[in-house]
Amino acid sequence: MTATPISRRRLLSAGGLVVAFSISGRAWTQAAGGAPKTKAPELPGSLKTAPLLDSWIRVDGEGRIVVFTGKAELGQGIKTALIQVAADELDVPAARITLITADTGKTPNEGVTAGSHSMQDSGAAILNAAANVRGLLMSAAARRWTLAASGITTTGDGAVRAPDGRTVGYGALVAGLDLHVAATPDAARRTSATNRLIGADLPRVDIPAKLTGGAAYVHDLRLPGMLHARVVRGPSFGTRLRGGDIEAVSAMPGIVKVVRRGAFTAIVAQAEWPTILALRRLQAMGWDRTAAPLPAVDPLAALRGSRTQDIVVADVGGGAPATRRRIAARYTRPWLMHGAIGPSCAVALFDGEAMTVWTHSQGVFPLRKALAQLLGMPLEKVRCIHSEGSGCYGHNGADDAAADAALAALAVPGRPVRLQWMREQEHGWEPLGSGMVVEASAALGADGRISDWRYDIWSNAHNGRPVTAGGLLAGAEVDPPFPPQTPRPIPMPEGGGDRNSIPLYDLTRSRIVSHFAPSAPLRVSALRSLGAHMNVFAIESLMDELSLAAGADPVAFRHAHLSDPRANEAIKRASDKFGWAARARGNGRQGCGFAFARYKNLAAYCAVAMEVEVERETGAVGVRRVVAAVDAGEAVNPDGVRNQIEGAIVQSLSWTGLESVGFDAAHRTSFDWSAYPISRFQDAPGRIDVQVIDRPGQPFLGAGEAGQGPAAAALANAIADAAGARLRDMPLTAQRLKTAIGV
Amino acid sequence: MTIVINVNGADHTVEADPSTPLLYVLRGELALNGPKFGCGLGQCGACTVLADGAAVFSCLLPLAAAKGRRITTVEGLGTIGALGPLQRAFEAEQAAQCGYCIAGMIMRAQALLEAKPNPSDAEIRLAMQPNLCRCGTHMRILRAVRRAAGAMAPARRPAS
Amino acid sequence: MKPTNSAPALAAAVLLGLAGWAALAASAAPPARPAFPEPAIRHGALLAAIGGCDGCHTSEGGAPFAGGRAFGGPFGAVWATNITPDAATGIGSWSPAAFAAAMRQGVRPDGQNLYPAFPYDHFTHASDADIADLYAYLMTRRPVIARTPSNHLAPPFDSRAAIGSWKARYFRPDPFVPDGAHDAEWNRGAYLVESLGHCGACHSPHNAQGGEERGRELDGAWAEGWYAPPLNGSTPAPTTWTQEDLNAYLGSGLDNRHAAAAGPMGSVVHELARASPADLRAIAVYLAQRMAPAAGAPARPPDHADAAARAHPAGALLFAGACATCHEAGAGMMMEGRPPLQLGTPLDEDNPRDVISIVRRGLEPPVGPAGPSMPAFADSLTDAQLADLVAYLRARYSDRPAWRDLAKAVADARKGPSG
Repeated sequence: MTATPISRRRLLSAGGLVVAFSISGRAWTQAAGGAPKTKAPELPGSLKTAPLLDSWIRVDGEGRIVVFTGKAELGQGIKTALIQVAADELDVPAARITLITADTGKTPNEGVTAGSHSMQDSGAAILNAAANVRGLLMSAAARRWTLAASGITTTGDGAVRAPDGRTVGYGALVAGLDLHVAATPDAARRTSATNRLIGADLPRVDIPAKLTGGAAYVHDLRLPGMLHARVVRGPSFGTRLRGGDIEAVSAMPGIVKVVRRGAFTAIVAQAEWPTILALRRLQAMGWDRTAAPLPAVDPLAALRGSRTQDIVVADVGGGAPATRRRIAARYTRPWLMHGAIGPSCAVALFDGEAMTVWTHSQGVFPLRKALAQLLGMPLEKVRCIHSEGSGCYGHNGADDAAADAALAALAVPGRPVRLQWMREQEHGWEPLGSGMVVEASAALGADGRISDWRYDIWSNAHNGRPVTAGGLLAGAEVDPPFPPQTPRPIPMPEGGGDRNSIPLYDLTRSRIVSHFAPSAPLRVSALRSLGAHMNVFAIESLMDELSLAAGADPVAFRHAHLSDPRANEAIKRASDKFGWAARARGNGRQGCGFAFARYKNLAAYCAVAMEVEVERETGAVGVRRVVAAVDAGEAVNPDGVRNQIEGAIVQSLSWTGLESVGFDAAHRTSFDWSAYPISRFQDAPGRIDVQVIDRPGQPFLGAGEAGQGPAAAALANAIADAAGARLRDMPLTAQRLKTAIGV
Repeated sequence: MTIVINVNGADHTVEADPSTPLLYVLRGELALNGPKFGCGLGQCGACTVLADGAAVFSCLLPLAAAKGRRITTVEGLGTIGALGPLQRAFEAEQAAQCGYCIAGMIMRAQALLEAKPNPSDAEIRLAMQPNLCRCGTHMRILRAVRRAAGAMAPARRPAS
Repeated sequence: MKPTNSAPALAAAVLLGLAGWAALAASAAPPARPAFPEPAIRHGALLAAIGGCDGCHTSEGGAPFAGGRAFGGPFGAVWATNITPDAATGIGSWSPAAFAAAMRQGVRPDGQNLYPAFPYDHFTHASDADIADLYAYLMTRRPVIARTPSNHLAPPFDSRAAIGSWKARYFRPDPFVPDGAHDAEWNRGAYLVESLGHCGACHSPHNAQGGEERGRELDGAWAEGWYAPPLNGSTPAPTTWTQEDLNAYLGSGLDNRHAAAAGPMGSVVHELARASPADLRAIAVYLAQRMAPAAGAPARPPDHADAAARAHPAGALLFAGACATCHEAGAGMMMEGRPPLQLGTPLDEDNPRDVISIVRRGLEPPVGPAGPSMPAFADSLTDAQLADLVAYLRARYSDRPAWRDLAKAVADARKGPSG
């Protein structure tokens, strides 16, 4: 594998990691090391940083095809979609492709699988690389037959065909093929209508194993001689267990070793149960807080009042706006948990010289750098291989579990160590989605259009992904500890707390300021959609409030302020399918709401219409039906897009309607599912219909995070319509609605 | 201590601490992947297996208590080449995102459909309530269970 | 809610204190909301939280106050009625006097007696003002059309006339009389407990005819298959119930010096959480005084882990694999300061039934979506395993004598509330 050597310069200043990606030819912004360097800016997607074809595609003498991606399967269906892209463009059956995902030893470095970039980065690269390779295969066949290139086609079964019907398999052509060459940017895409996999609802390649107990997750890895481990920590970030009798614990049945490096402690045993018993024994000693007290009394006020870096996101238009009516509103969101169903897990093996870690980290390349630093090993001696975890929805405990496993493995060379976080550890130590405060004020002119838009956001960081050892929990525990990473804002157009803070609407006058508060009492990092959940909630709630003030229909009001035709189409599809024009108006007990956003104003468009019923006696809200429309550009796997949007809606309804991480001055009190409930089956909507607007030939747009914001706002708008009560503070709980309704 | 347990129709002799929750024995000694560790607290259902046809949390069933019971995991309902009705339905509906919760969902649904072959939507939701899904795949899971209900004969035991 | 017992038919119905017959004539529709002062409605809501109207008059998944929940007893089943202000199927046509007559005298507008499953023998002590405010609250709820099913009682209890004789013997429609030896807060608590709170409906022993036994107020009793422990000095609680403890428990369903609310108390606490903090504190003050131990604090609650494991090795194994992950020292839940098992009252009761029921059924968070919860073990553990486990729990966490006939107790629990 021709991995591009990554510079070894120290990354002490690195904070943000997400790479701002441009689809229209703008240069990459390198936010931190961990993101690879641009080599070929004219190439699409990640070919910019890994331009050689054989970084992406290899064909062997038997015609077997291996495709490499630096992205990881998170449950979003990327493996299947990329196989479709490759197979479609190479004109082979999908089953002919073996896809290798994020592996520092094998695949291109595509940074982190995040920000809904996978199709835009990896999909675009593989699409072009496959087109290049197919072109090269056809040229090789033409040379072999001494024929002109025109008239040469592919069969759809891994062979090239001459005009006279002669065929030669790809495998036979490999000897005369050099794929160790750079891609060309305008390799012709296949035009034939046969074997079209892009746009097909190909069943997910990973699902059958998951239904039948096949090995599918890092949790399922079983290596010879494997040991089991648990890490030992206090109940949540900022706490530590009081000392325990390590010797007594080491002597417990089945315990192989208690690993200690500074304050880092892990228990290693032959089987899992003994590690749990030993862990519990240490936990029985009690715990103390090691960091400053948490601002439990009014944490959002504390956030609002903290020291900030102020970033002007937009400042458009001047002069005094014509104002017939102004609406000012404050919207808030609490700290939210990723809450992955499977607590983080990693398997690490140290062979005396080199460390291999199987991890569900979203970023094996940056993790590798951080681990090498933590372990004091050369970069080339550390390999991180992505293996699926449960859905992570951003930066959860995966990287830390990987570091914990690696440290444990160092102590037992030659023995693989599977380290599994406990549920309470995942709840207590995973980085959270930051609480946020939005203060907005918008005005309507005499013409009923928005004449002024002021918008201020307060937030902690939305990226704490480890790029140095200091970004790992263990990095603070070993002796000497590594310095913590400095939290940094993520620059727009990607954004962190300011992600999606610029409305897609045509605003003549707007001033949008993001107040980045680096000092975060609670551990925070990227949670799916980052600031978009809050910003779309706020913007779309305010749009509704404005439309009411203007006496306009909420959907018509949005159309009136949008010139983007794809945005208008998405809104129209959703509202038509929902029956918006004929909907029952809010009557105190049922009502409807609408919301729309384009994720980051760069990725997928998503419009959501929702009908709810309200039990006024209790404030309980039931979501009767949801209709959504999504435009993700050329939809490689439309059902996959549908699945993602359905999931985003259900997940966001839970975040928005129910969730809030609890904490007191000493620790997080949301320690398990009883203390941090999430939606269950009886909470799920009556029905959800997602329409995928397919745009063949258009660039792929990421859809994985496009639904959260619109669903959140649609819920707020539907509740306002139904109950006549406008809730602006998430979670929109029954208790809060009941208080707003009154007795 | 040596204990014999019956899993997916076969007897297995296991050498382990008898208080070990069955989940760790199924995954450890028996090397099964179906039942998953999600919480170990009986709150999420990722570990759900059948014990004599009843859906139970294997994370809270001590090995000693599993003795003499007929334990079924998702591996016992079918294979990739020969999917059981629920597995077929989940495949047809593509009822998974990350898929981590799905084996537990299938077992919970299996218990429901064996006891009640034609459940209403409300009954399905109530029966599935102990199982969490964080990805939000609920709608597809419900569709898959409804689909399977049509395909399964009443109170038929899974192939052993 | 009380157990349904009624006296054998003896005489014609004796209608007591039947003031205002004329006012009971049906009127058309319920009064509109503006007819009631907002403070009255709001206060009525707070009182309804103490009265627990929702707990009986709302069925599982049903509309609030629309009735439809059945209460079974040895004499059959009685249905809680629709008390929404629907004129045809609810109480929408009831005048204030009619409502007061139901609450005070246990009579319907048609003059028929109400079954004392509706605890009017407690509500009768409520003040005029409180009854009026409750009326304001109920009459401004959402009207729901829901016809209450007919009661299914075996004769002769299917005759409301029989209730008359019960009333004659057990019904004391006296107003509440404050006790001058205690302060206003204590008396407020006493008033609430004895009237709207109707704690005695479950916590006071009743005789075979369903009358509360005199002189044994709050001495503990069985209700719906659960033992409601004494709320006086006879409490078996291993630690004292202070006013703070009771306040926390009644307001949130959890007290970290005792346990979480289980069984029917879960539903009671679910409503009490919406009562006024001042009223909850008053109830706590009153009950704490009544429950104060006669002779000093109880001995330190025990944890005889080793001895219990030796005496009950099978139960110890089950505990280690099924329970310890939450309940043992060092467990995640215990690191949160949740109370250890030896502090809970059920393990010190004379009867193992409550412990068995909690293990079999688990518990849901009583107040709000978050809170103490426990999975159900009815399907995981066989009857024999349950018995072993419960024996171990008793031996480990209590100094009281071992429970006998655990096998029978477990079998009875499996049969349900009538067992």
